[in-house]
Parts: sequence; C-alpha cells; structure tokens
Amino acid sequence: MVDVTFQPNRVAGAQATRKRGGLRNALRRKSTVAFVMTLPLILLILILVVYPAFYSLHLATLNKSMAKFVGFGNFEFLFKRDTFWLVVKQSCIFAISAVVFKALIGFIVAHFVHNVPAKKQRKWRGMLLVPWVIPPAMSTLAWLWLFDPSYSAFNYTLSFFGIGPIPWTGDAMWARFSVILVNVWYGAPFFMIMYLAALKSVPEQLYEAAAIDGANWWQRIWYVTLPMMRNIIAITTLFSLIVTFANFDIVRILTAGGPLDHTHIFATWAFRVGIEGSDVPLGASVSLFMVPILAVAAIFILRDISKRGNEA
Amino acid sequence: MSRKKLSRRQFVAATALSSAALITAPYVRGAYAAGKLSMAFWDHWVPGANKASEELVKAWAEKEKVEVTIDYVPSQGNKNILTIAAEAQAKSGHDIFAMPTWWCHSNSEQLERVDDIMGPIIAENGAVNGTVQYLGQLDGKWLGVPASVGSQIKGPCSRIDLMKKHAGIDVQEMYPAGSPPKADNWTFDTFLKAAEACHKAGFPFGIGLGETSDNVDTAGAIFQSFGAHLVDAKGNLTVKTDAVRQALEFYKKLIGFLPPDVSAWDDASNNKWLVSGKGALIMNPPSAWAVAKRDAPQVAEQCWTHGFPAGPKGRFAPYLPYFWSIWNFSKNKEAAKSLLVHLSKPASIEKMCVASGGYDLPAYEKLTTLKVWQEEGPPKGTLFHYPNPYKHQTLSIAASPAPPKVAQQIYFQATLTKMCLRYHQGEAMEKTLAWAEGECEGFMRS
Repeated sequence: MVDVTFQPNRVAGAQATRKRGGLRNALRRKSTVAFVMTLPLILLILILVVYPAFYSLHLATLNKSMAKFVGFGNFEFLFKRDTFWLVVKQSCIFAISAVVFKALIGFIVAHFVHNVPAKKQRKWRGMLLVPWVIPPAMSTLAWLWLFDPSYSAFNYTLSFFGIGPIPWTGDAMWARFSVILVNVWYGAPFFMIMYLAALKSVPEQLYEAAAIDGANWWQRIWYVTLPMMRNIIAITTLFSLIVTFANFDIVRILTAGGPLDHTHIFATWAFRVGIEGSDVPLGASVSLFMVPILAVAAIFILRDISKRGNEA
Repeated sequence: MSRKKLSRRQFVAATALSSAALITAPYVRGAYAAGKLSMAFWDHWVPGANKASEELVKAWAEKEKVEVTIDYVPSQGNKNILTIAAEAQAKSGHDIFAMPTWWCHSNSEQLERVDDIMGPIIAENGAVNGTVQYLGQLDGKWLGVPASVGSQIKGPCSRIDLMKKHAGIDVQEMYPAGSPPKADNWTFDTFLKAAEACHKAGFPFGIGLGETSDNVDTAGAIFQSFGAHLVDAKGNLTVKTDAVRQALEFYKKLIGFLPPDVSAWDDASNNKWLVSGKGALIMNPPSAWAVAKRDAPQVAEQCWTHGFPAGPKGRFAPYLPYFWSIWNFSKNKEAAKSLLVHLSKPASIEKMCVASGGYDLPAYEKLTTLKVWQEEGPPKGTLFHYPNPYKHQTLSIAASPAPPKVAQQIYFQATLTKMCLRYHQGEAMEKTLAWAEGECEGFMRS
C-alpha cells in the first residue's frame, strides 16, 4: 500500500484550481461585481460622452474646411471677434442670474412646502414639479406664444391695465429678461425638490435647541438651516450652473439669439456658426470655451465640499 | 463501406458541363438586380405634396429594378442641415440628399459632379437662372441637380382690397393674370409711399427684421436693387460704398412704417400677419396664402402674389432653390443619376408642382408657365406671376455675389438685417458700416 498515489497532472491541476479559485474570488469581491454591473453604463458613457468630447477637441483644432491642423488657431480667431466676447458676457449673465434666482425661489418654495401638512405636501410637490418634468422644448413653445411679438397673451392682459405693449423678444433688455425668466421657471423646481429633501434631513432637535436659546426665524435659518444645507446647496448650484451654461433649447426657440445677437449664449452661437454657417471647427471651439469656465467653478465648489466633509 | 472514386476525366467532364450549363442558362433578373439607393427629400409643408415625389420614385424603381428607400427630412428645427452635417462627418448615409441653398458649396468636397446629366436636362427644360448657377456650380461643374421641390420665390403677397383702398394701387391691374406686368411705376418710391399709407390706415406691411431666412431674403433683394453688396464676387470688402448707404437710408425710412416688433420676427411671423388680416403686404412664397385659404378664406380671396418693386439698379426678387446632390460616398452613383434624370423630366416636375399647389418652382426657363399657376385660386390667377413668367425681375439670393462660403456666413449671421436695425436704432452710419466690415472680415476665414 502506498500512502500517496501517483498523480501525473497534480501540479497543473492545482494551478488551474488556483486560477479558477482566483476568478471565483475576484467575482465574489464586491468591487468586481460593482464594476461588471456598471460596465454597460461605462461603455455607454465612453461611446456617447467621452468619444464625442475628444472628437470635438479634435474638430476644434482643424481649419474651416477640416483639412488642416491649426492648433489653437480657432481660439485665437475667436478672441479677436467682438461677437464672441458679447456671447461670453451674455452666457455669464444668463447662467449666473438664472442660477441665483432658481436657488432663491427654490429655497423659499421648499420652506413653504416643508411647512405644509404631510398629507397635502405630496400634491404640492407634484404640482410644483410640473415645469421641470415637461420637456423644455415644448414648454418654451408655450412661452413663445405668450411672448409673441404681435399677439402676446401677456401684452393682451397688460393692456387692460394700460400697460405695454412690452417688446418681450424684440428689445435686447426685455429679451434677456424673457430667456432668464423661462429658464428660472423651468429650473426652480429642481432646486425646490433638492432643498426640500435637505430640509427634511435637518434634525428637529437643532431647531428645538435654537428655540430654547431664543433664536428668531432668521437666526434659525442662518445658524441651523443654511449650515446643514451647505453641501446640497453647493452641489445643486454646480449642477445647475453647468446645465444653464450649456442651455440651448430655451434661447433657440424663444429668440434664436436675437435681437442683434443680444441673447446668444455659447450653445446657440456654436450652432449658428457651426451648423448654420457650416464652420464646424469654429462651432466646436465656441462650445469648448465653456469647459475651462465650468471646470474652474467645479474645482472650487467640490474642493469646498470635500473640505467640509473632512472637517466633519 | 464502399467509396466511389472520382476519376480525373470524370471531374473535368463534370466541370465543363456545369460551366456550359451556367453560361447558356437564361439570365434571370432579380427584383432588385440594380442594387439599392436611398434618397432624402425635403419634407414638404403642403399636405400631400410628398406623395407625388414618392410615386415618381417608385415608378422609376420598378422600371429600373432598384430598391429605393425614401426619407422626408423636414427643415423645421434645422433637421435637414443637421442630418447633412452628420452624414458629411460620418461619410455615410443617403445616396442623394436635398441640399438647401448654400449646402452644395459647403459640402462641395464630398459631392459627386453631375455635369454629365445636367447638359441633357438643361437641353430639355431650358436654361437655369443665375442664382441656380451661383449656388449649384463650383468652377463650372455642377454639384447637384436643381430640385423643383422646395424651391421658391419670396416675392410680395399683397391684399388687393387694402392696397387699393389705402395706397391707391391696383395690384391686379399692375400684375394681370395671363399677361405681362405693367409695373413700370412699381418702384421703391411707390413702395415706400404705399407702406406709409397702409401704416397710417392701421394695416402696416409685414416685413420682418429678425435673423431668420424670410427677413434676410427681403433685405438681400432690397440691397441688391440698390446695387449694395457687402463683399464682391472676388471676395473684396465693399461695405463702405454709397450703394450700401442708400440701402440703409431706405430701410431706415421703411422701418418707420412697419410694425414696432419686427426686430423679433421669425419666419412664421409674416405668415401670421397676413392670415390675421392685420397687414396689407408681406414677402413670402404662396404658403401664407395657402394657409389663409384654409384658415381665413376671406383673407385668401384678397391675396395677390406679384413682383418686387424696382430699385435704382433694377428689380430683384429672392429665390431659394434646393438641389438634389449625390454624396461621393454613394455606392450606386449611376442609379442615383438615373433617378435624378427621371425626376427632372418635364412631366415629373409638373406633377410635383401641381401636388404642391404651385408652391414649388422649377429652375428651368421652359417650365415657368405651367397650368397650375394659371389655375390656382381664389382669386383665380393669384399665382400667375409667382414663377416670374416674363422674367421682369432678376432672381437673386441675399449676400450674393460674394463667394458662396462667405455669403453663407453673411446670410446666416443676418448681417444685413442687423445693419438695418443698428442704423435705425440711432447708431451712426459709419459705425454701422465699420461693424459690418469687421463681421465680413471674420467671415472670410478659410
């Protein structure tokens, strides 16, 4: 009798088992499972976001006929154009003022909704979200009819009070006001719902403690609500700033950039130059100009959030 | 198990027999023996107009044994130019695409030249106008075949009653149905006086000054009537000229008689202006009249489409042609050319024009007197002068004769209407001209 039987493939078999075991272990690891499950999304992002982003970078370095590499030539050209700087100025005015008003209105409305009794709150939340769930291209068409140069429903109503007619889309100042107003109307519900969620997570004890200390409503907002909501406010502002800077549909439908280019923003002007003017590389350069602006904003906001996270 | 061996002799005999059988067998042609073809037509506004082109293509496909796919691509939301840009980038897509005005030139490197079929087409249908040559040819070579579908003149459409009552102009007498125009007095002076009279009466002319096509087209024709060009055919800047100054002065006067909101008008605004009964004249193809026929018949009965007023340098009217172009990546160019020849036959063109209710305008000389324009109404003969049958006006496009790639920028940046608005809003003439010159310099980049 022998103690150990001869096993010719024993070493190879052990290696294979180890390999199979390794694979099994890897598959058992949570991180691997997470990666595999997110792989379809990662692939989608690679195809639909990363590839187009790099392709537009490539386009921005070509000349008008897309036959020659010009490096930063398109940007140099843009920096010499007055219209481009007008677009930069307007994009900043549009995005910053719209985000400020959206945040302000969202904050106020979130407080109102938060104070509504729980049963009725659901209805209010649903109703207030309506502007945000309608596709903006559709709702902006309705706004276009309200602002119509010749048949504006607003002007018709105002005429009963002896006001107007107001050139909603025909005068530079009013046209800017109109596009910002529609953007605020569309985006404020997003802020409202985010702030409402944040308000609900503020511990009630903090307010009770503040009340015991004799804090008035303003002090409660300043010293309790706002510090507790700071991260959500920062993230919401960042997201909204990115989306508002990249807005296209509202301006395109409402004014198409007019009058006299006074409502053009990056995306609408990029479309005008790149698609309507058949200068795709210049259009790509206009759109890419947004990237550094938003990147700087993102770095500051996210750094602030992570600093507070570390402090916590 | 026995296995039968094939000898060398047997193998040779079998091969020879099967080859002979294959060669001598009758040729059986499959349903789509001549391959596949895909075509993108412009999606017509006029209900039912697409059916005519579809029937024509199907008839050709059956005869030629080609499997044809048709797509109707709308221009609403710039869907067609977006698709053109995508196909040009991807170097893949339809074999034939309906290119609007400037898109033959902007994609010239990727379009098949069609001189071989244009010669016989022109010989059969007559010569094309200068604007078609300007937009459709590069170095004397054709980049596409002029399409009747979607091609249009944006001339005046006047209210017979309002013009007679308030401006003392009988547009039917000036442009009688069935006979040549008697429009010698229809000049910019008369036009301005009529605009003032109608404005005073509460029915201003509806001429937009926004940044969309209709607005720019009218400004283009008016500038050309003064001989005013921002860039000449050789690419030289010609902004600071007396002709441009005269055109701006004229516009400044005209804007005073237009509705106050014209700076915000888009391509739908003038149509609404006419259909609502608020205006005495607009500049548009008969689509506005066609809508009025459906929605406000009492307005449509009073509409008359006619020629442009004449300026110091002649009478110009905006003409916007479409072209059917073949991409150079098409895999069936010969079939594509054959289809375009079929669609350009006089009978095919007439069929498409009739289906569009007279909206479509062939580019060819011999096809401007089709029955459809004589018969359409009410009022009967309202479209008689729409196709410019007596050639009493020059058909042109805004920003020409600048090199097309520069002109396209002037056109889509609406430089002409912006200049008019700036000057009207009080900017000094020389400042406006300097601004326009700076813009045009930028458009010259290559």
